[in-house]
Amino acid sequence: MSKQVKQLDRVIIRFAGDSGDGMQLTGDRFTQESAVFGNDLVTLPNFPAEIRAPQGTIPGVSSFQVHFADHDILTAGDAPDVLVAMNPAALKANLGDLPKGATIIVDTHDFSARNLQKAGYEANPLDSLGDAGSILGEFAVHPIDLTGMTVEAVKEFGLSRKDAARAKNMFALGLLSWMYGRPTEPTEAFLSKRFAKVPDIRDANITAFKSGWNFGETTETFAVQYEVKPAPMAPGTYRNITGNLALAYGLVAAGVQSELPVFLGSYPITPASDILHELSKHKAFGVTTFQAEDEIAGIGSALGAAFAGQLAVTTTSGPGVALKSETIGLAVMTELPLVIVNVQRGGPSTGLPTKTEQADLLQAMFGRNGEAPVPVVAPQSPGDCFDAALEAARIAVTYRTPVFLLSDGYLANGSEPWRIPELSELPVIEPGFAAPREQDDAAFRPYDRDPETLARPWAIPGTPGLEHRIGGLEKGDGHGNISYDPANHDLMVRTRQAKIDRIAESLPPLVVDDPSGEAKVLVIGWGSTYGPIGAGVRRVRKAGFNVAQVHLRHLNPFPKDLGEILKGYDKVLVPEMNLGQLSMLLRAKYLVDAQGYNQVRGLPLKAADLAQAIGELVAQAEGVTVDLTPATEKESAR
Amino acid sequence: MTAIDLGVPGLRSGVELVPTADGPQSAKEYSSDQEVRWCPGCGDYAVLKAVQSFLPDLGLRRENIVFVSGIGCSSRFPYYLDTYGMHSIHGRAPSIATGLATAREDLSVWVVTGDGDALSIGGNHLIHALRRNVNMTILLFNNRIYGLTKGQYSPTSEAGKITKSTPMGSVDHPFNPISLALGAEGTFVARTVDSDRKHLTSVLAAAAAHRGTSLVEIYQNCPIFNDGAFDAIKDADTKADAIIPLVHGEPIRFGAEGARGLVRDQATGGVKVVDVADVGESALLVHDAHNPDPTTAFAISRLTDAGVLHQAPIGIFRQVERPTYDDQARAQVASATSAASGDARERLAGLIGGGDTWTVV
Repeated sequence: MSKQVKQLDRVIIRFAGDSGDGMQLTGDRFTQESAVFGNDLVTLPNFPAEIRAPQGTIPGVSSFQVHFADHDILTAGDAPDVLVAMNPAALKANLGDLPKGATIIVDTHDFSARNLQKAGYEANPLDSLGDAGSILGEFAVHPIDLTGMTVEAVKEFGLSRKDAARAKNMFALGLLSWMYGRPTEPTEAFLSKRFAKVPDIRDANITAFKSGWNFGETTETFAVQYEVKPAPMAPGTYRNITGNLALAYGLVAAGVQSELPVFLGSYPITPASDILHELSKHKAFGVTTFQAEDEIAGIGSALGAAFAGQLAVTTTSGPGVALKSETIGLAVMTELPLVIVNVQRGGPSTGLPTKTEQADLLQAMFGRNGEAPVPVVAPQSPGDCFDAALEAARIAVTYRTPVFLLSDGYLANGSEPWRIPELSELPVIEPGFAAPREQDDAAFRPYDRDPETLARPWAIPGTPGLEHRIGGLEKGDGHGNISYDPANHDLMVRTRQAKIDRIAESLPPLVVDDPSGEAKVLVIGWGSTYGPIGAGVRRVRKAGFNVAQVHLRHLNPFPKDLGEILKGYDKVLVPEMNLGQLSMLLRAKYLVDAQGYNQVRGLPLKAADLAQAIGELVAQAEGVTVDLTPATEKESAR
Repeated sequence: MTAIDLGVPGLRSGVELVPTADGPQSAKEYSSDQEVRWCPGCGDYAVLKAVQSFLPDLGLRRENIVFVSGIGCSSRFPYYLDTYGMHSIHGRAPSIATGLATAREDLSVWVVTGDGDALSIGGNHLIHALRRNVNMTILLFNNRIYGLTKGQYSPTSEAGKITKSTPMGSVDHPFNPISLALGAEGTFVARTVDSDRKHLTSVLAAAAAHRGTSLVEIYQNCPIFNDGAFDAIKDADTKADAIIPLVHGEPIRFGAEGARGLVRDQATGGVKVVDVADVGESALLVHDAHNPDPTTAFAISRLTDAGVLHQAPIGIFRQVERPTYDDQARAQVASATSAASGDARERLAGLIGGGDTWTVV
């Protein structure tokens, strides 16, 4: 039976189930299939902080959203076109995000009285399908006993009922893979490898996956198969990559490019731990990972390794930075290279460990005693974490300074196709250790400075003639002995600031995206909001209006041309997942009336909301009425 | 997760991988040009002199020695030595030294700390350094008072101590640093005294030679805020009765003409002080610093007075071999590196280009 094939340009699917239902794996596999197929894509995993929250409850719901398209896309999508709900709680938790007409595939097996009650349903919503006033009335609902069919399909393997039922996620994956014409080989190969040591489980999962596919092919429930063609992309070899993986690879690459051993001192914390896990696998690159007794020892050991002459890194999230602050101050004072990775999460305090936020910018800027400037670098997408890590390492080594690399939970766990760079594209990082001295040479001066960068020498133990003492007490200019002299302190405070400011000399000009050159409104952001801002800007432009976009990689120091760029626009909008931290910095430094667009919901900003906010500013700036309907649709309506 | 055999090579001296000096060195070479600024009469002077005299005997290249300290009077120590040094932040010296020692097998790493620095704010790092057995020597200057902040009680001050912050007497129970180190599975745990240059030097030599974390508690007098805290073990009239000397392989006896000694206490499972005449010489406990079981060493450490000090065992309580964290960490990196073929850049290209890929032309 050949079914109808309908062309789509993009689809957003959300897999949702209980924490133990394997939804992250299911979403990840669907993503890999789509990546290999050649779609552009962006993902948004969303899971509870509890490892196993109470089964069947709303807090226990784990979901994975994937947005894939035949063209370049920037976000994981605002609202899912398709929801796969494995139990009542998953249905209830996600229903509010669905637009009218969305498709819902429900595993009916878990819609028992007990599970309905746990999810807070007084009656089974599936019983009233088709009734007037049904809460599911506006959606295309497919109630299917996914679990039952899975158990039936894998019965030949003699698994316990529980183990058999656990393969239901692969049945669902098979069904969705059929619906969207995904290639199946990558998932079959993956399952063969993943469960190589347990043949029964392996075969059951592959069988469930194939059965799901075949069910789509044969059942009359699904009359239409959809096709989303591959997206045109720049030539190159691609892979799908998460931010944490790209960041870890960037650190390995920084070690290779600087020919320095990498030393990671770290303490596990969500959502940064995967960087520690990944780097611990790469000892063959000379990477040492040290799981310390606490956050303080994590950075302490890294600072020791920096003194020893290694490429030192510590990885953490916001609460960990709070504990590391004193040592960051010591790194500022001793002027040693150190990369501090903060994978930001919802705060304050323990906050929302598994959710995203970008509210640690001012902590990175100012969260230390005294005048303790630290450069700040931020990646804008999962794949960009690779380049940002190399840039943080370049600045740290070149300027002998701690550097903040501000990722966030959305970048860390989200993924996108990444064009694998050629090695020739990577920056070369020069450690430039201070050379040994003979007895007759002039005395070594550990705080003499390079006239261009203002960096002091990196004089590592084991080098004859450079014996010296560093530490947290103020050092005399040049000679580096303890100094309590007021004029010297003033000079050293200003010099440390001047050194950080000097980094701006090494930065490329900003790229202003202003296709018409006539925009009066500039949208400026940093970090993971790049995707939503870009998508919002596109919507405004599609509706026929002008808007410019700039995205900052460097938050401290700001690029030299930023002030001039800001002056060129009537209105400046700063969307952030905080209460206005970048906008505060811009207003303070450039005296510009930067307006914030701020949400702290633990979730990425939505393109539609941003388009709305941008549109309002365009209306004010240009004195026009802004209708965000795409220009093409407006014309056809005439 | 399952444990795997790490296949550690044979144990080595603490300074085995550190390059040695070309010729004889002098104490003067180890003195920096900085003026020493401790209070007159401070016990730190004696320790500094002893270390400056001892380091030449160690015969290492001066540039391969690093002293790391925390915060407190004693933590100024690195400024006065012409080696590499870092005067860090309060309590964190062991963590910084752990990074240094793990990164570089060719360094002799020393930590200088005090009772406040090591046992209050830095307690966590101290116990974990001991547990991991990172190759470094920790000199814990114990004056049983906070000096730099001008005289508050410390975690080794006796209960009831009247200080600026405890006008009615301290209600804090003190730590016994030796008991703490043994409890943390320290492999080299010793106690010595600032004023006994000969004993101090012999303990430093054994500590430096030990591969792993060596903890040396040094009783050190603060003449300003806690003067006389250790008079009992320094005064010629009382010291014979106050010091219980620990020498590996020797029966533990002390007092005038060795009239007193230690025996096992059958009632408590610990050890107790007896008159040798009462039990006979053969009943005395023979000190075994190499005993893999730390139980007896711990029992001996309990003979230290928790209050005003009248009696304390002095010497090396424990000296046992256990693989060090840094050796094992480096061995894993070395084994992975030697197993990899091709240069690092080619392997990097392989790493980032791995996984499921597709090519767009």
